[in-house]
Amino acid sequence: MVDTKTKTLGEILRHSGVSRRGFLKFCTATASMMALPPGMVPAIAAALDKARRPSVIWLSFQECTGCTESLTRSHSPSLENLIFDHISLDYHHTLQVASGDAAEAAREEAMHANAGSYLVVVDGSIPLGNPGYSTTAGFSNLQILEETAAGAAAVIAVGTCAAFGGLPKADPNPTGAVSVRDIVTDKPVINVSGCPPIPVVITGVLAHYLTFGTLPELDQYGRPKAFYGTSIHDRCYRRPFYDKGLFASTFDDEGARSGWCLYKLGCKGPMTYNACATAKWNEGTSWPVESGHGCLGCSQPDFWDAGGFYNALSIPVGELSRTVSYATAAGLGLGAVAAGINHRSKVEANRRHGEVTVDDLEKTS
Amino acid sequence: MNESMDFLLWTRGTAFDVSVAIFIVGMLIRLFEIVSLGRGRDLAAPRGTEFLPGIRTILSRTLPYGGTFKRQPLTVIAGYLFHIGLLVSLLLFIPHIELFRETFGFGWPGLPNPIVDAAAVLGITGLLAALWNRLTNPVMKMLSDSEDYLVWILTFLPLLTGYLAYHRMINPYPLAMGLHILSIELLLVLFPFTKLMHTFTLFLARWYNGAMSGRRGVES
Repeated sequence: MVDTKTKTLGEILRHSGVSRRGFLKFCTATASMMALPPGMVPAIAAALDKARRPSVIWLSFQECTGCTESLTRSHSPSLENLIFDHISLDYHHTLQVASGDAAEAAREEAMHANAGSYLVVVDGSIPLGNPGYSTTAGFSNLQILEETAAGAAAVIAVGTCAAFGGLPKADPNPTGAVSVRDIVTDKPVINVSGCPPIPVVITGVLAHYLTFGTLPELDQYGRPKAFYGTSIHDRCYRRPFYDKGLFASTFDDEGARSGWCLYKLGCKGPMTYNACATAKWNEGTSWPVESGHGCLGCSQPDFWDAGGFYNALSIPVGELSRTVSYATAAGLGLGAVAAGINHRSKVEANRRHGEVTVDDLEKTS
Repeated sequence: MNESMDFLLWTRGTAFDVSVAIFIVGMLIRLFEIVSLGRGRDLAAPRGTEFLPGIRTILSRTLPYGGTFKRQPLTVIAGYLFHIGLLVSLLLFIPHIELFRETFGFGWPGLPNPIVDAAAVLGITGLLAALWNRLTNPVMKMLSDSEDYLVWILTFLPLLTGYLAYHRMINPYPLAMGLHILSIELLLVLFPFTKLMHTFTLFLARWYNGAMSGRRGVES
């Protein structure tokens, strides 16, 4: 058994049977994934090789554990997995053995031992409506987040719930859910959005942090640009069909069988920024559009409220037919009133319209 | 921090409902008013029929007069260019057709995107030419008031923002699409209260001209 507290990442990987060649391949893939020049690969390898295990505290708030499932369940052990497995995950409800006071003690110990240098991963949104909506060991999510984030080097908000509020924040937001960025304002917060996010994105962020000791460049939503820089639509292999105007109209028509664009079936690819089209899922097997279903837009803020999943992106969110019907009824009603007023003034004008003779004119002049 | 998505959802939600409601109510009131005002009874004996000349004029006035073309070629060319570009972009772009299908329950076939794209470019070019004509031709300049320029902007913005959104020239895309939808909402809200009403009233006006001329037995 390797003493993982003191060993470097390189030593741990070698102990796990990862060859130098395999390790360099991972470094090259990471560099290209993060859009770094090939010259950076040796630097990444050297830095990762020497990196100590960072202490990671994983906080689960209003979430469904789907993000943890996504990040931990690979069909075969991969290097991404090994990196993930070998971070010092000191606190994680789902994965840790300890429970009760021992679990909370582990969190506090990690916070004291690594003050100022540990990473906090948050999974789930924070309810502000009533602290009792979601608690751990008698503390509200808000208390735990504020306390834990205070000594952290950075906070990684994993999943759309932590990054943007996600499903709990969906209209009418019964718990008053907010995102990590709404609470933590004095630390770097990296949003790794997605429902769930792609596993390689979080290992990429960790690798970047281990290599450079800094966090990657972020987009306006606080997401790593390397992964969220381009839209699904721009990287979609079905894009030529969109450009040609060839669309599937149902999930079983000729267009669907021919792999045409899924825009009409509700694909939200044009507004969604994520790496699904290039990184793919399940060890690069496939991704939603490739399997014949439109993108739901899950890495975007408020995607639950962005209209029906099977409505084309151009269709408004509300009940447009209802609005049109009511407005037409109101318009017809008001129009009839306007017509009535016109009619009355015409009748009135006709009533006042007297016969005028030349004699009358002479009298008044 | 989620401004652009919030903005997009607002334009696709509340703002769209409100502007569509204002458009429909305003348009119906104005049409009712115009129709209900009616015309005084013509007591003279008719020299011809009203129906066919009315219909014929609705169609025939779609073509320009040769004389107008000789005097003001740019007015005619720019006018046609932008109207055709606008109508093709509005009615034959598949995402737009999906919106109509959702609202009214029926749709129609669209054109491939590159053709709609070309139509949008023609529309934008036509509108720019029309503005240039309005600003440089002394007669046009004198005839133009602030409403003409307002209506030009209201028509130009949806084409421009649609072109920018389609080509993804504004980042992030939710902002681009939000701006496009907002520009259409602006158009919808002001439509019933400006000369944009000609989209519907032109049929009434042409019918009246044709029918009256037909009744008097003269060419329209």
